[in-house]
Amino acid sequence: MKKTYLIKYVFLLLFIFSAASVFAQSGSISGKVVDEANQPLPGATVTVKGTQHGVGTDVNGNYRLTNVSGTVTLQISFVGYRTSEKTVSVSGNVTVNVNLTPVPNDLNEVVVIGYGSEKKKDLTGSISTVTEKDFNTGDVTTPEQLIQGKVAGVSIISNDGSPGGGSQILIRGGASVNGSNQPLIVIDGVPLSNDAISGAANPLDLINPNDIATFSILKDASAAAIYGNRASNGVIIITTKKGKAGKPVISFNTQLSVSKITKEAPVLTASQFRNYIKSVGDSAQVAQLGTANTDWQKVIYQTAVSNNDNLSISGTTGILPYRVSVGYDDQNGVLKTSDLQRYTTGISLSPSFLNDHLKIDFNFLGSQQKQRFANTSAIGAADSFNPTDPVYSGNKNYGGYYEVLDPTSSDGLKSLAPLNPLGLLEEEQNRSTVYRAISSLAADYKLHFFPDLHVNVSYGFDGSNGSGYTDYPPYAASQYPGTIVNGVTYYGSNTKYKATTDNTTMDGHLSYAHDFKSIKSHVDALAGYSDQNFSTTTSNYATYFSNGIVNPTTIPTYATGIGQYDLTSFYARLNYSYDDKYLLTVSDRSDISTRFAPGSRTGNFPAAAASWVVSNEDFLKDNHVLTQLKFRLGYGKTGNEDGIGDYEYLSDYSLSTSTAQYQFGNTYYEGLRPGAFYPGRTWEETATTNAGIDYGFLNGRISGSIDLYYRTTDHLLATINEPALTNFANTIVANVGNMQDKGVEFNITGQLITSKDISWTANINMTINRNKITNLTEVANPNFPGLLVGGISGGVGTTIQIDQVGYAKNSFYTYQQVYGANGKPLEGVYVDKNGDGIINSSDLSVNHSPDPQEYFGLSSDFRYKKWSIGFSARANFGNYVYNNIASSTGYETNFLNGLGIIENGSNSVLKTGFTTAQYLSDYYLENASFFRMDNTHIGYNFGKVFKSTGDLKITGNVQNVFIITKYTGVDPESTTGIDNNEYPRPRTYTLGLNLTL
Amino acid sequence: MKMKRHTIKMMLLAGIVAVSVTSCKKNLILSPNNELTSQQVFSTPLGYTQAMAKVYGAFALTGNEGPAGEPDIEGVDEGTSDFFREFWNCEELPTDEAVITYTDPGVQPLHSMSWDATNAISQGLYYRSLYQITLCNNFIQQATPALVASHGITGADATTIAYYVAEARFLRAYQYWVMMDVFGNPPFATDATKIGSTIPPQISRKDLYAYIVSELKAIDPLMVKPNQNQYGRADEGAVWALLARVYLNAGVYTGTPDWTDAITYAQKVIGTSSYGLIPNFQNLMLADDSLNTISGGGKTSEFILTINYNGTKAETYGGSQYLTHAPVGGSMPPADFGISGGYDGSRTTSNIISLFPAPATTDGSQFPSNGNADSRAQFWYPGQSETINSVLTFTDGLGVCKFRNVTSTGTGGSSLTYSDVDLPLFRLPEMYLIYAEATLQGGAGGDAGTALGYINLLRQRAYGNANGNIIASQLTLQFVLDERARELFWEGFRRTDLIRYGLFTSSTYLWPFKGGVAAGTGVASYLNLFPLPATDLAANPNLKQNPGY
Repeated sequence: MKKTYLIKYVFLLLFIFSAASVFAQSGSISGKVVDEANQPLPGATVTVKGTQHGVGTDVNGNYRLTNVSGTVTLQISFVGYRTSEKTVSVSGNVTVNVNLTPVPNDLNEVVVIGYGSEKKKDLTGSISTVTEKDFNTGDVTTPEQLIQGKVAGVSIISNDGSPGGGSQILIRGGASVNGSNQPLIVIDGVPLSNDAISGAANPLDLINPNDIATFSILKDASAAAIYGNRASNGVIIITTKKGKAGKPVISFNTQLSVSKITKEAPVLTASQFRNYIKSVGDSAQVAQLGTANTDWQKVIYQTAVSNNDNLSISGTTGILPYRVSVGYDDQNGVLKTSDLQRYTTGISLSPSFLNDHLKIDFNFLGSQQKQRFANTSAIGAADSFNPTDPVYSGNKNYGGYYEVLDPTSSDGLKSLAPLNPLGLLEEEQNRSTVYRAISSLAADYKLHFFPDLHVNVSYGFDGSNGSGYTDYPPYAASQYPGTIVNGVTYYGSNTKYKATTDNTTMDGHLSYAHDFKSIKSHVDALAGYSDQNFSTTTSNYATYFSNGIVNPTTIPTYATGIGQYDLTSFYARLNYSYDDKYLLTVSDRSDISTRFAPGSRTGNFPAAAASWVVSNEDFLKDNHVLTQLKFRLGYGKTGNEDGIGDYEYLSDYSLSTSTAQYQFGNTYYEGLRPGAFYPGRTWEETATTNAGIDYGFLNGRISGSIDLYYRTTDHLLATINEPALTNFANTIVANVGNMQDKGVEFNITGQLITSKDISWTANINMTINRNKITNLTEVANPNFPGLLVGGISGGVGTTIQIDQVGYAKNSFYTYQQVYGANGKPLEGVYVDKNGDGIINSSDLSVNHSPDPQEYFGLSSDFRYKKWSIGFSARANFGNYVYNNIASSTGYETNFLNGLGIIENGSNSVLKTGFTTAQYLSDYYLENASFFRMDNTHIGYNFGKVFKSTGDLKITGNVQNVFIITKYTGVDPESTTGIDNNEYPRPRTYTLGLNLTL
Repeated sequence: MKMKRHTIKMMLLAGIVAVSVTSCKKNLILSPNNELTSQQVFSTPLGYTQAMAKVYGAFALTGNEGPAGEPDIEGVDEGTSDFFREFWNCEELPTDEAVITYTDPGVQPLHSMSWDATNAISQGLYYRSLYQITLCNNFIQQATPALVASHGITGADATTIAYYVAEARFLRAYQYWVMMDVFGNPPFATDATKIGSTIPPQISRKDLYAYIVSELKAIDPLMVKPNQNQYGRADEGAVWALLARVYLNAGVYTGTPDWTDAITYAQKVIGTSSYGLIPNFQNLMLADDSLNTISGGGKTSEFILTINYNGTKAETYGGSQYLTHAPVGGSMPPADFGISGGYDGSRTTSNIISLFPAPATTDGSQFPSNGNADSRAQFWYPGQSETINSVLTFTDGLGVCKFRNVTSTGTGGSSLTYSDVDLPLFRLPEMYLIYAEATLQGGAGGDAGTALGYINLLRQRAYGNANGNIIASQLTLQFVLDERARELFWEGFRRTDLIRYGLFTSSTYLWPFKGGVAAGTGVASYLNLFPLPATDLAANPNLKQNPGY
C-alpha cells in the first residue's frame, strides 16, 4: 500500500519535472533543519561538502538530497547561524535532522537596503526587517497584512472590510499634510507608483502575499535618503521568493475562510422605532409605521465564504535557480454583491554565468483581478430606512423593492428619501477587470580583472490595465426621475471606464567593496543613475441609457487623457567601517522631476549616519549577559512630490464638459477655463534625526532596539488659500509651512523557552508619535485661522477637522458640549470660549487628533511538539473618532424629517434627546483607544506524510477575534477619524492546509 | 592595467551620457494632451469665444463639469458655489423675504444676522465674484488689439473680440459693484498687473465707487447698442442699468447721494424703447422666459441682462435650480414646479404677505397666486402656517411659487433635476422704481407725474387692470420700497434696499427671527457690511477687516 503511494509520487514528480530531474539510484538524505528554538528554518542550504550538489530547505525546514552515495559530509548553513557539518554514510534513504545555533554575539543576517544589501550588524540606519517566518498567517490577501502590527513605527490600518479594500500604511505617522503619506514601495528593485489603478481599490491588492519573502522597512532618513524622491514617508522594500538550490520543492497551500460582521451599527430596532415615533411623532407620522420588522443590516450583510489556493515549485535546474508560482483567491464580501477573484503568477529566475561573475535576476509578478464593488451607500441607507417597512413591495415597480412613494411627484418616488438598501446593492453592477504586471530584469557583473567592482544594470516595468463598468437597470429606483433628451425620458445607465498605467525604471550603478585588512577597514561604495517614467492613459466614454441610446450630454470632449512625468536621479553612497566597531554611512541623491517648473526641479537629499558597536569593544567582548550593544545616530533629508498633479506649474486651459456650457444667443459654447498654477512649487523636504540603540542579551535570546526620532518637514505641500485675484483658484497646493514629528519606538523580542519540545517566542513593539504643524503660511502668521478639512456627512459642506498651527494635523475642531444636571447633553448649549455671549465659529476649539498617540503590537508563538499556537494583537491609545453616524442621524428631526417621512437613525437619540442636528458638538467625538486581537492561530504539523516524502501542516485561524474599546460605534479604527458607514471589518475564521513535497 | 583604463573610459563615457540626458530632463516640458496652452486658445476667434463663454459662464456654472466635479471655488460645497445662489443667500436670507431650513455651514447665521468672518456663504460669494473678475482681467490681457492682430484675426472677428473686451470690463465692474455693496472694501486688481505678480492692495468703498462709475462711463461707447447684442451678453443697456443702480445707492457707498445721475441713467434705459413689460408677470420666471416678448414684438422683453441656465447643457445646483427646488416642500406639488421633488428649504415671512391684498382662496386651487388681485403674490398656503415658530421647520412660513421650471404653456423644462429658468440681473421695472425713488428724493431731472406713470405701469401689469393703480399722494418712499418688495421679490435686492432705507439693522423695522429672536430685534450696524473672509485676511497682508468684526 505504502509502496503505491511512493510510486505515484515519483510518477507525479517525473511528470512535472521530467526535463529537470535526474533520479539517482544510489540513495538519498532527507531531514529537517531547525533553529535553536526548534522552529523550522526555511531557506537553509544543505550541500555535500566539496561539491556543488545541494538543496535548500522548504518552508517547514525540510530538505531532501538525492543522488548521493558512500560517505559524505553535509554542510548545513543559514545566515546568522553557525554552519554545521555532519558526516553520513548513505545507503538507501537516511534521515539527518540538524539543529543550527545562532552565531553568538553577532547578527549576520543580510538585510536588503536601497540598491544592495548589508549585514544587519553593519547597519547604521533605522531599518526593520520581517521575514517569512514572522509573517502574519490566516486570511492574508494583500501584502501589507503580512506585517500588520509587527514593526515598531509602522501603522497599518485596513481602510475597511471590503474585498481588496486595502490599507493605509503610515511609517512614523506620515510626513505630509496634503501630499501623500504613503511610503515608497519597491518590489524587486521596481519602485511602484502610488497612483491609483483604475478598477482596483488598492494597487497592492494585485500582488500575491504568498510570493513575498521579506520586507525591509527603511524608517529613518539616513536609510531612506538613497531613495531621495518619494522617500519622506519611509520606504518598504519587498523581495519576492527565489529559487533555492537543489531538487524541485512543490508547495501547496489552501485556505477556506468564513467571514461575518462583528457588530451592527447601533440604530433603533423596529420595536424601538415604533415606540419612539409614537412618543414624538404626530398622527401623520405614526400612520407611516408599517407592520414589518426589518433589520436592514441583516438584509444587506451576509456570511461570506472565501478560499485561497497557492501552488509553487522552486529549485534549480542546471545553472538556473527558479521559482514558479500560481495563486487563486476567491473572496466574497460580507456586504452582499461584493466579491473579488484574483489569479496571480510569479516567476523568478536567477542564473549565474562566467563562474558566478555575472548574475542575472529576473522577476515577474502577474495578476488578473475581477471584482464587483458593492454600492456602499446601502450601508447608510440600511441605517436610515424605516425598519417597519418590508424589503419587497409585492409589486413589480422599481424592481420589486419597497420604496418610499409620493403620488404627487412625477416619478412616484418621494424625493430625497432613502432608497431601499437591498435595491441599491442588487440594482447596481459595478464590475472591473484589472491586469497588472511587475517585472524586473537585473544583471550584476563582477569585473573579472577587478572583482571588487560590480556593474549593475536593471530594467523594471510596472504596468496595469484596469477597466470596468457601472450598470443600472431602467427600473432601478436610483435611476428616477430619468434623463430627458429632446422631450423623451430615458432610464437606466451604463458607464464604462478604462485606464492603463505604464511605468518604467532604468537603473545603472557601480558598487565597490573591499576589506582593507591592514587598516582593519571595510569600504563599500555605490554610485548610480536612474530614470523613471510614469504614464497613465485614461479613456473617456459616454454613458448609455438602458435601451442603448447614448446620453448626448456625456459624450467626452477628449477620448483619452494622458498623464505622465519623469524622474531622473543620481545617487551615491559610501559605507566605512573600522574594526567592526565604528561605522559610517554617507549618501546623497539628486532628483529631477518634471512635475515642477524648470528651475525648481532639482532636489538634493543627503544623509549621514554613524554607529558604534560597543559590544565589540574589549570591555564588553566577554560579557555573556549583554551580548550586543550598538548606538546609532543618523540625519538625512528626503523628498516628496506625491499629491500634486503632473502639469500643475502650467496654466493650461481645459474645455468644459457638454453639461457646463454657456448660452450666447441661440448657441451654447463649451467654456475654456484657465487652470490654477503654482510655478514656484518644488519638492517637499523632510529632515529626520534618528538616535537608536540595538541591544541583545544572552546571545540574542532577548533582543530589540530603541529609536528616538525628530522629523521636520519643510516646503510642506499644503493646501493654502491664495490671495483672491492672484490665481484661477482660491486654494492651491503650495510649498508652504512646516510640520514636525517626534517619536519613540521600542521593540523587544524574547525567546522565552527554547527546549526541544517546547518553545515560546514573544514580541512587543511600541511607538509614541507626536505630530504638530508649526507653520502654514508663506510668511509665518500666528493669527492664521487654519484650514478646515474633514468633510462629514449630514450638513452640506460641514467640516469637523482643522489643520492649524500648533496642533496635530487633521485635529478635530468642535464646540464643547455643556451637560445638564442629569448628565444629558443640553441641545445647542456650548461653552462660550471667547466669552462674548454669542456662540459662533469663534467658539470652536481644536480638540484631539484622530491619530493614535501611542500604539503597540504584541505577538506570541508557542509550540509544544507538533502543536503550535499563537496570536498577534495591536493596541492604539489616544486616537479619537468622530461618530458621524450618530451625529448625522441621532436627532428627532432626522426621524421625523422635513421631507414628511419617517426615517431610522442612531440610537444615541434615546440618550441625547436632541431634536436637531448638533454636528459640531464634541459629544460625538469619542475616545477610540482600543485593544484588538487581530489574529489567533493554532497549527498541527503532521510532519512526514506520504511515506516521508511530504510535509503536512493544518492550521486554524481567527482574524479580528475581539476588540476592547469604549467607542460606541461599529469600529474604533478609522483611517480618517470620521466614522461614517464604513464597510465593516468582518471576523474571519480560516482553515488552512499546507503541503510540501 | 590596459583593461582598467578601458573601464575608466567606459565609465567616463557613461557619465557624460547620463549628464547630457539629465540636462535635457531639467527643461523637458511634458504637457497634457487634453488641455490647451494660452497660445493655442487665443489663436482663433472660436478660442476667444470659448474663453469668453467661461468668463460669462462663471455666473451660472460652478465648475467645468456640469453639475459638479471640477469646481471653480474650493472650500465650499460645489453645488452652493455659483454666483446667484451665494448672492441671493446674502441678499435675501438676512431679510424679511426668506427663511430656510438648511443647517449647512454658514446658512443659519444669515437669517439670525450672527455671521462672522468665517461664514461659508459670504466667503463663497467673495471668492466667486473675485474669481470672475480674475477671469475678466485675464481675458482683457489676452485680447488687446495688438495681441489679436498678432494672431492674424481681423475684420468682423476682431470687432467681436473688441466687444468681448468691453463686456469683460462690464462684468468686472458688475462684480466690483457686488463687492462694494456686500463687502465694502475688497482687494482690487485690474488687467494692469499680471495675474499673480503682486499681492492685490485693498481699495476703499469710496475709491471703488469712483472706479466703477468711471469704468462704466469709459466702456459705455464701446458696448453693443441696447438690446442689439446676443441674448445672454451685456450691452449698453446693461451699462446704464448698472450705473443707475450704483447711483441710487451712492449715499450708502460714499456718504453723498447722487439721485440726479440715478434718474439720468434709469431714464436712458427706459427711453430706448428697446424694452417693455411683458403682459403676464407670472411668465417672467419660467423655463421659457427667454422667449418672452413685449406686446409690440420686442426682442428680449424686459430683461436687460440675464444669467442663462439650461437643464441639460448648463447643469448646476445653483441659480434658478436653487430657486425652483429649495422652496418646494410640504404639500407643494413638485410637478407644478417642473421638478422631480422639492428640497424643503426656503419660505417667506408674513411681512411680505402683508404687502399684498388678501388672496381669494388659500386652498391651493388657484395656482400660483390664489386668485390674488395682485398676480405677483405667488405663494403656497396649504399645510403652511404664516406664523414662524422655527425657521428650521418647512411648514412654518408660506411657500413661494414665483420660480417654476415649467414653460408658459405648462410643459416641463428640459430636466426635472436642473433648471431652464434664466434669471435677470437687470430688468426694466427696476429702472421705473429707481426713477420713482430718486425723483421722490429730489433728484434733478425727475418728474413726479412720470414717476407715478411708471409705477402704475407695474401696478397695471400686476393687476391686469387699473384697479391697483395709485394716485400721486400714495407715491411715497415707503410705497416705493414696498413696491420693490412686491415687484422684485426674491430677485436679490432686499438687503441693499433695506440698508438704503436704514431698516436693515435698526430696530425700526422688524421681522420674524431678525437677529435670531422670534419677534425680531435690532442688531449692530456694522452688520450692514459683510466681513472679508478670514481666509483672505490671512493670505493677503494688505487687507484690513471691516469695522466691528
